[in-house]
Amino acid sequence: MTATTDTREITYAEAVREALGQAMESDDRVFLFGEDVGTYGGAFGVTGDLVHRFGEDRVRDTPISELGIVGAAVGAALAGMRPIVEIQFSDFTAQAMDQIVNQAAKIHFMLGGAAEVPMVLRAPGGSGTGAAAQHSQSLEAWFAHIPGLKVVMPATVADAKGLLLAAIDDPNPVVVLEHKLLYKQSGPAPQEATRTPLGKAAVRRTGTDLTIVATGVMVSRALEAAEQLAAEGITATVVDPRTLKPLDEQTIVDTVTATGRALLVQEAPRSGGFMSEVSAMLCDSPAFGYLRAPVRRLCGLDVPIPYAPQLERAAVPQVPDIVAEATKLVREW
Amino acid sequence: MDLVKDAETATSALTTMWTIRRFEEAVDDLFARGLMHGTMHLSIGQEAVPTGACLALREGDYITSTHRGHGHCIAKGAQLDRMMAELLAKETGYCRGRGGSMHIADVATGNLGANGIVAGGVPIAAGAGLAVKMRGQSHAVLSFFGDGAVNEGAWHEGVNLAAIWDLPVVFVCENNKYGMSMSVNRASKVDNLADRAAAYGIPGVTVDGNDPQEVHDAVDEAVERARAGNGPSLIEAVTYRWKGHSKSDKNLYRSREEIDSWREQDPITRFETAVLHQQTLTESELAACRDAARDAVRAAIRTANAAPDASADELLSAVYSGGKQ
Ligand SMILES: Cc1ncc(C[n+]2csc(CCOP(=O)(O)OP(=O)(O)O)c2C)c(N)n1
Ligand SMILES: [Mg+2]
Repeated sequence: MTATTDTREITYAEAVREALGQAMESDDRVFLFGEDVGTYGGAFGVTGDLVHRFGEDRVRDTPISELGIVGAAVGAALAGMRPIVEIQFSDFTAQAMDQIVNQAAKIHFMLGGAAEVPMVLRAPGGSGTGAAAQHSQSLEAWFAHIPGLKVVMPATVADAKGLLLAAIDDPNPVVVLEHKLLYKQSGPAPQEATRTPLGKAAVRRTGTDLTIVATGVMVSRALEAAEQLAAEGITATVVDPRTLKPLDEQTIVDTVTATGRALLVQEAPRSGGFMSEVSAMLCDSPAFGYLRAPVRRLCGLDVPIPYAPQLERAAVPQVPDIVAEATKLVREW
Repeated sequence: MDLVKDAETATSALTTMWTIRRFEEAVDDLFARGLMHGTMHLSIGQEAVPTGACLALREGDYITSTHRGHGHCIAKGAQLDRMMAELLAKETGYCRGRGGSMHIADVATGNLGANGIVAGGVPIAAGAGLAVKMRGQSHAVLSFFGDGAVNEGAWHEGVNLAAIWDLPVVFVCENNKYGMSMSVNRASKVDNLADRAAAYGIPGVTVDGNDPQEVHDAVDEAVERARAGNGPSLIEAVTYRWKGHSKSDKNLYRSREEIDSWREQDPITRFETAVLHQQTLTESELAACRDAARDAVRAAIRTANAAPDASADELLSAVYSGGKQ
């Protein structure tokens, strides 16, 4: 993505809203619906004033019916619309799983390519708000496991906008997992409707000692850790895959080949997590021959997210954890 | 049971309602002062529903609750200090600080838990009812949920299971007019949510949810029906949430006048007026109920504050049960 002159600082939530607005302005088939996306402006204030700009027909409040919401998006997409649905917390995709997994993901293939399901499901994930176990999960691995779904996790303001625009263009169902802790963060984003291509990782920083691959809110934590590591004489490359499915394996393989060490950081619990897939991919790849250390994962604990703030922090990687893990990896190997 | 004319019952009902009110006001205040974290769903204005309903229950009966569950928990007989300790993320809390407001449970009093998932408790209530029935017991299960829950698939599946198996469950819908910002009229085409009962072949009734007596009478009848093996019922208690849905609510979807008009229907004021009118309790006895509630909540905060913070030592070992028996 090229920096343009009309780049300015906005919040991640504003970036999402801007993308939604621009997509609706340029394509009549695009509309959005979900719980409290209208007058309330979305549980996290993402849809904001869109209902006033586009009306209740195109910014549609729904009852609390996640399965119905996603199913209606599948149907509208099959019938030629470009629906975008907001699931209030990514945890509630559990209610909608049949329509996501058995319907949206598979219809194009099952029908021999005779139909397509160009829909976007946006949902915030992640911990750090004291919302406890049913409102704080990082479920990306669920979706990445299902052939037919594309999965993106925007970690920056520009990508919150650019990846969403690309997701809306895409002829397939795309699950966009936003992060609650990022909504209020500011960063540069272009005013115009610039797409961030799906399937293309971003190298956020380059170094020589190790490669840190991180997703979601862990990208900014990894960058902060890299800053501290640099003061200790350890330089890190930080890769943000941005799209989990399809994954830009090449960028990860190339950067790990260059540094010889890989630290994979995710907020989600370790077992069956997405970074386990990245780890396996690296071990299957030519990068394996260049590894100077085992591929290491730094993940959330295998626990439901607890309510108490100190427990919640302990359950997922924090900046000092990344620094410590990276230091060990470099110093011990 | 006459809540208004019997002095002991009136005292109990009033104290419960005041305790819920004072507990939530205290929680609201702690939150505003940054002493409590997370989010919070307050049921101020809705106290008559859990109070009237739980007076129809006895030991051994179960409830399932919701994200807006402090009132249910208190009315079912929970200890305030352990509730407060949970909200303050203390090791002595009902969930050892793991759950917080949205997951408070008090299994000892039959409270199977608040729930962060709308309608999550409804099929669970059916399952508890199934257990009771299979064991040949006469307990009842009372499932609280909001008006927003009736549009979830889980609600329909849970109610239908209870209906076809004649399970001893009473489904209590707290219709506080909104599911977050979605007004009940926009979310449903039926005039009364109790009309939904017809679809499952069970009795359904709509009552004034700001009158603990009306709530109690309806729930009591349904509980008797359940205990007798005649299956579930649906009760819609119409009430109103005074406060925002949660901490992020700017109340854009309703008017100040609407909120004020419901505040004039304060279930506690109405009940106090009724018991005074009947001369069941005196002014000073009313004040005593209020004071008792205030003191209990203050004591709970003191006890909870003095307790140790939840400990992160046993996170991993707490995930799986090693078996209780
Ligand atoms: C499955 C699910 N969807 C959405 C939410 C988010 N949410 C929490 S409470 C709520 C409104 C619930 O309305 P209602 O059932 O009427 O209960 P009330 O809040 O009015 O007590 C919503 C949308 C949730 N917790 N679970
Ligand atoms: Mg409601």
